[in-house]
Amino acid sequence: MRKTFGIALLLPGAIGLALAEAPSPEPARPDPPAEDRVASLENRLAEMQRVYDARIAALEAELAALKGAANAPGPATPPPAGPPVPLPAAAPSQTSNYFNPSVSVIGNFLGVGGSNHTATLPAADLRESELGLQAVVDPYARADFFVSFAEEGVGVEEGMVSFTSLPWGLLAKVGRMRTSFGKINTLHLHVLPWPDEPLPVVNLLGGEEGWIGTGVSLAKLIPLPGDVFSEVTAQVFRGDSAGPFATQSRGDLAYNAHYRIFSDLTESTNLDLGLSYGLGPNGITDTSDTRLQGIDATFRWKPLRTATYRSASVRGEYIRSRKDELVGTASAEGWFLSGEYQLAKRWFLGARYERAGDPDDPSLRDRGEAAILTFWPSEFSQLRGELRRRLYATGETADEALFQVQFAIGAHGAHPF
Amino acid sequence: MRRLKGLLIALLAVPLSAGTALAKVHVVSTLDDFSSIAESIGGDLVEATSLAKGYQDPHFVDAKPSFILKLSRADLLIVAGLELEIGYLPPLIDQSRNDRLHPGNAGYLDVSNGCEILQRPTTQVTRAMGDVHPFGNPHYWLDPDNGRVIARSIAAKLTELDPANRTVYEKNLSAFETRLDGKDREWKAKLAPFSGSPIVTFHNSWPNFAKHFGLVVAGQIEPKPGIPPTPSHTLEIINLISSQKIRAILVEPYFDTKTPKYIGGKTGATVLIFYPSVGGTPEIKDYFALFDTDIDALVKALGGNHP
Repeated sequence: MRKTFGIALLLPGAIGLALAEAPSPEPARPDPPAEDRVASLENRLAEMQRVYDARIAALEAELAALKGAANAPGPATPPPAGPPVPLPAAAPSQTSNYFNPSVSVIGNFLGVGGSNHTATLPAADLRESELGLQAVVDPYARADFFVSFAEEGVGVEEGMVSFTSLPWGLLAKVGRMRTSFGKINTLHLHVLPWPDEPLPVVNLLGGEEGWIGTGVSLAKLIPLPGDVFSEVTAQVFRGDSAGPFATQSRGDLAYNAHYRIFSDLTESTNLDLGLSYGLGPNGITDTSDTRLQGIDATFRWKPLRTATYRSASVRGEYIRSRKDELVGTASAEGWFLSGEYQLAKRWFLGARYERAGDPDDPSLRDRGEAAILTFWPSEFSQLRGELRRRLYATGETADEALFQVQFAIGAHGAHPF
Repeated sequence: MRRLKGLLIALLAVPLSAGTALAKVHVVSTLDDFSSIAESIGGDLVEATSLAKGYQDPHFVDAKPSFILKLSRADLLIVAGLELEIGYLPPLIDQSRNDRLHPGNAGYLDVSNGCEILQRPTTQVTRAMGDVHPFGNPHYWLDPDNGRVIARSIAAKLTELDPANRTVYEKNLSAFETRLDGKDREWKAKLAPFSGSPIVTFHNSWPNFAKHFGLVVAGQIEPKPGIPPTPSHTLEIINLISSQKIRAILVEPYFDTKTPKYIGGKTGATVLIFYPSVGGTPEIKDYFALFDTDIDALVKALGGNHP
C-alpha cells in the first residue's frame, strides 16, 4: 500500500523534475501561469511526500515501540529495531536511469619484447577494452553484452539473452556467445590465467579469439547421485560464425555439445571435467565438415580458511580436429597443461606447456612453454609477466617476454571460477 | 503441456498433503549465521544449509557449480545483501533454474532489510577508498539487535511460505527473542566494565558489534578495506595502540596473523582470533555461541592486564 503510494507520488515528481531540468532549445513559451502551476504542483507533491514519509516513519517507530513493549513477535513485517533506516542519499532523478544496466570496462594492455616472425604481436597494444552491459530484462530473462574494442575496430564478443526461468531445469541463451567447447574457450581473455591464448585454442579453435558462435544454446542439469553437478549443453550456431568454420550456405549450421561434471572432492579440493564435440562446415566443398573433440580437466585446491592467501590449480585440455579436405581427412591434435600456485595474497606463479598441430597439415606441429608471474594490486587491477618460448613448425624458436596490465572500472562483476 | 505439468504437480502434491502441510522448507543461506537463526525459528520444519563456511572470508566465496545444485533444490535463499555476495551469488542464482530465488520473488530474502546498517557512505565513493560497500557495512548481523530483526524477517518469510505452521514459527520466534534478550543482558554485563575501551581490528567487520557493546574501534590493520597491511600503516597502528593503551587486536579467522602478531609483540596488545560467523570453530554451533565465544575471549583479553 505504502509502496504503491510512494511510486504514485514519485513517478509524476520524477517526470516533472526531468521536464523541469531538460534544457529547452527554444525560448520559453509565453505561458508563465502554466509553468507556475506545474512548479507549485511539484512543490506540493514533494511536500506531500515529505509529510507522508515523516508520518510513516513516526508510525513505524510507534509501532516498533509498542511491539517492543508488549514483547509480541511480529511475524508479518519486521519492525526496525534501531532508529529508522535512512533513505539512500541520492535517489535517481529519472526513472529511466534507474533501470540502466550495470556498466563495466576492462582494459587489457599487452607489451611484448623479443623476437617472433611467425605470430607477430606489436610492441605495445591496448589489445582489448571490454565494455560490459548487464541487466535483468524482465521476470524471465537477463541480458549480457560484452563489446570488445581493439585499438581500431570493435566487435561483439558476446551479446545474449539468457532465459533463467524455464521449466525442467533448462537454461536457454540466444545471441552471440563464447561456445561451450572445453573450458578455456568459454572464458574471456581477461580472466585467463595467462596473457595469451594457448596454442591448441589458437591453432584448432580458430585463432586468438577462439570459437564464438551466433545462435542458440540450451543447457540442462542432469541429476547424478550425491552432490555431483552435471550439465549437458547443446548449441546450434550459424555455420560461418567466428571459429574454425566457414560456409556460403545459410542451411549449413555448426553444432556443439558439451557435458560437464563438477564435484567437490573435499572441502578444499574440487574437480571439473568436461567433454566436448563440435561439428560444422569448413567451406572447402559443399559437404565438407570439420569435427572437433575435446576433453578438459581442472583440479583446484584452496583451503577455505586461508583461501585468499594460498591456492593452487592444475588444468589441461586436449582437442582433436578432423577436417574434411578435397581428398581425405586431415587430423590434428593439440593439448596444454598448466598450473598456477598462489604464493601470497596478491602473488601467483604459473607455468604452461602446450602443443598443437596445424588442422590443415598434420605434419606441422607447434609447441611452447611459458612461465607466468601475476601480481594483483587490488581486486580491480592486475600486472602480469610471461616468459614464453615457442617452437614453431616453421623451425623458428621464438623467445618472448609478455607484459600485461589489466584494469577494471565500473560495476563489480562476479569473480571467475 | 501446461495441463501435464499441472497433473504432475497434483500427483506430487497428494503424498505431501497427506502428511503435514508441506515437506520441510529447504533453506539455503549465504552465511551460517542466517541458517542458524532459520533453524531456531523453523525447528524440525526446515532444513538449512549455507554456502560460505564460518571461517571463510564472506567477500571471496567461489561460485562453485555444487552451489548451483544446492540452490536448485531450495525453497528459500537467505542473503546478507548490501553487495556482500556480489562476487559469486548472481551467476549462481541465474544458473540455479529456480525461479523462486531471483531477487524480488518469494524465495529470496535479504535480511539486511530493517536492520540498522552503519557506515552508509554519505559522499561520493570511489575505489580509491578500497573495497568499499556503497550500501553500508555488510557485517551487521554482529549486533544482537539486528539478529532479532533478522529472526523476525525469517519468521515472517517462513510463515509466508508455509502458512499452515504459522503458530510454530511464532512460538519459536518468541522463544528465540526471549533467549536473545536474556543472553544480551548477560553479554552486556560481561562487557560493561570495558565500556568505551578502544580496540583495533584487522578488517572493518565490527562497527555494529562495537556500537552495541560500547566499544570503540580505534583503527584497522588494513589501511583500506581489502588492501593488505603496509609498513607505514602498521607503524601508525603501533603508535595508536601505544598512545591509547589498546589491549586487544581482533583478527577474523581468515586473515594472516603475521602483521597482527608483529604489532602485538611491539605493543603488548593481545591478538585475538575473533569469529564473525557461526561455524568459525566447531564449538560455535549457533548464533548465541558466536557471541558467547567472542565475548568470553574479549573479556579475557581486555581484563588480562587489569589489576
